[in-house]
Amino acid sequence: MKYAMSDAITITKRQLLQLARIPEVLVFSTIQPVMFVLLFRFVFGGSISTNQPGGYVQLLMPGIFVQTVAFTLASTAIGLAEDMKKGLIDRFRSLPISRGAVVIGRTFGDALLNILVLTVMASAGFAVGWRPTSGVFKISAAFLFLFMFGYALSWIGIYVGLAVKEARTVQSVGFLVTFPLTFLSNAFAPTTGMPRLLQYFAEWNPVSTMVAACRQLFGLKNQFGATANSWPSQHPLETSLMYMVLLMVIFIPLSIRKYKNTSN
Amino acid sequence: MNSVSAEHLVKTYNKGSVRALDDLSLEVAEGTVLSVLGPNGAGKTTTVRILATLLKPDSGNAHVAGIDVIKHPDKVRELIGLSGQYAAVDETLTGWDNLVMFGRLYHLGRQQSIDRANELLERFSLTDSARRPIKTYSGGMRRRLDLAASLIVKPKVLFLDEPTTGLDPRGRMEMWGVIEELVKGGVTLLLTTQYLEEADQLADEIAVIDHGKVIARGTSDALKSQVGGERLEVTVEAAQIAETTQIIEKVSGNSAHLDSAIRTISAPVSTGSKALMDVLRALDEAQIHPLDIGLKRPSLDDVFMALTGHVAEEKANEPAAKKKRGGKK
Repeated sequence: MKYAMSDAITITKRQLLQLARIPEVLVFSTIQPVMFVLLFRFVFGGSISTNQPGGYVQLLMPGIFVQTVAFTLASTAIGLAEDMKKGLIDRFRSLPISRGAVVIGRTFGDALLNILVLTVMASAGFAVGWRPTSGVFKISAAFLFLFMFGYALSWIGIYVGLAVKEARTVQSVGFLVTFPLTFLSNAFAPTTGMPRLLQYFAEWNPVSTMVAACRQLFGLKNQFGATANSWPSQHPLETSLMYMVLLMVIFIPLSIRKYKNTSN
Repeated sequence: MNSVSAEHLVKTYNKGSVRALDDLSLEVAEGTVLSVLGPNGAGKTTTVRILATLLKPDSGNAHVAGIDVIKHPDKVRELIGLSGQYAAVDETLTGWDNLVMFGRLYHLGRQQSIDRANELLERFSLTDSARRPIKTYSGGMRRRLDLAASLIVKPKVLFLDEPTTGLDPRGRMEMWGVIEELVKGGVTLLLTTQYLEEADQLADEIAVIDHGKVIARGTSDALKSQVGGERLEVTVEAAQIAETTQIIEKVSGNSAHLDSAIRTISAPVSTGSKALMDVLRALDEAQIHPLDIGLKRPSLDDVFMALTGHVAEEKANEPAAKKKRGGKK
């Protein structure tokens, strides 16, 4: 136990070292979100009308931020599944290290990667006209929310990676879960156009509450929906926090347990 | 004193339909080398995974250096090194990166980890490729690095799971040299292999396993004599076969067997080189000049064949055996 944290940090360092050894991975994992920013800004931005001062991009950026951190679930799961497949996890499990260290280390690594990706995206957004108006404190709070959301999802990723084991399957599962969640939300378009039933889903969807929370923290009024007048759409900050805490409380112990009991 | 002991291990997969281990027991005395020999799917890897704390048996006990593997896996992990097919290193990192990382995970200090990494790279002739990613290494280099990673803290007991499977002959010879050096250093070693000559070369004792059971154990010599003692073999011209057979049967007191394709007559003998000289003398008197003559001890191939009723798999069909490895439990 004494070494739990230093073991985890060694595992995190390994992940960062991997990025240094194959920089392509880093380049492509940041190009994708930047591409989304540009596509949505210039393809849809012109045709979606909003009353938002500053234009669609103000509403868009929180949506893309949340979408990007949501993909942490898949990337954590894929990384872990690959390590399992190559036998690296077996090696780690034969060492006298704290049992949680390997998975904790991976969530740290993915969290650090998120910081970098968010920074790159924020810069890209700024370049195409995104201007948050709420001041340093609230803007920082928004990024803290995003960071925490990614971290919480990372723990689901650990569970998925250990349960599914095959990296390619994990990838498909990741997309199957993440795409509907990010599009059945207020991230890119108002929920008002959806059928009633989907509106309820969209408003309770953690992606929506996160997007709404970020928009609020970035100083926006237009929430893209909230017609069902549901509690989450009225209280996006509280709901998002609740979701994050809930996910971590459930998945951190569950995933560590799964890791302890897992074997190929 | 036994450094490793497994008592009545049972492990099933797929809800009991596949019995990987079926009441398997074995011991390795301190400072000795036990080779677990068996074909693919015999249960070798499952045995190692249980002893190395990676897998829990359905029933049975296992101890490493006197510590219960199932009850105190953490303590066992401090004493063992594991290297083999399924325990790997990080291929995207360099050899040096890997060894330093493992040093840190064994809780050596930073400088200590670096020193130990350099020392092991030197010892396994990997210094020149230390700064290259493992994925650029040859098969033999990769195995040596893998082995180095399991030696960071000088383990009391080392498990090597098929350390030379898939290596070319040169890589295999190098690996054998490295393992022999280790054994001289006094480590207790449990080694699995499907290569009979590897067990012969490296092990003090051999446990032959098949279908999850130990079907024979002993020194290489003892196993060979279990199959039968020495045989005398004489190869002659076709015309002299009948007369030679009579002489051999008279000297040995046993009935002789003829392999007519290679004109070789053989019979079990109990008096060793005396029988050889008697036969030579009698042949000389009969003016028969053998093309070849000699005493043959059974090879481990013979042992395996006699014990399991089938040949060790890699002999029969090497490429197929290689392919199977990927999909095995």
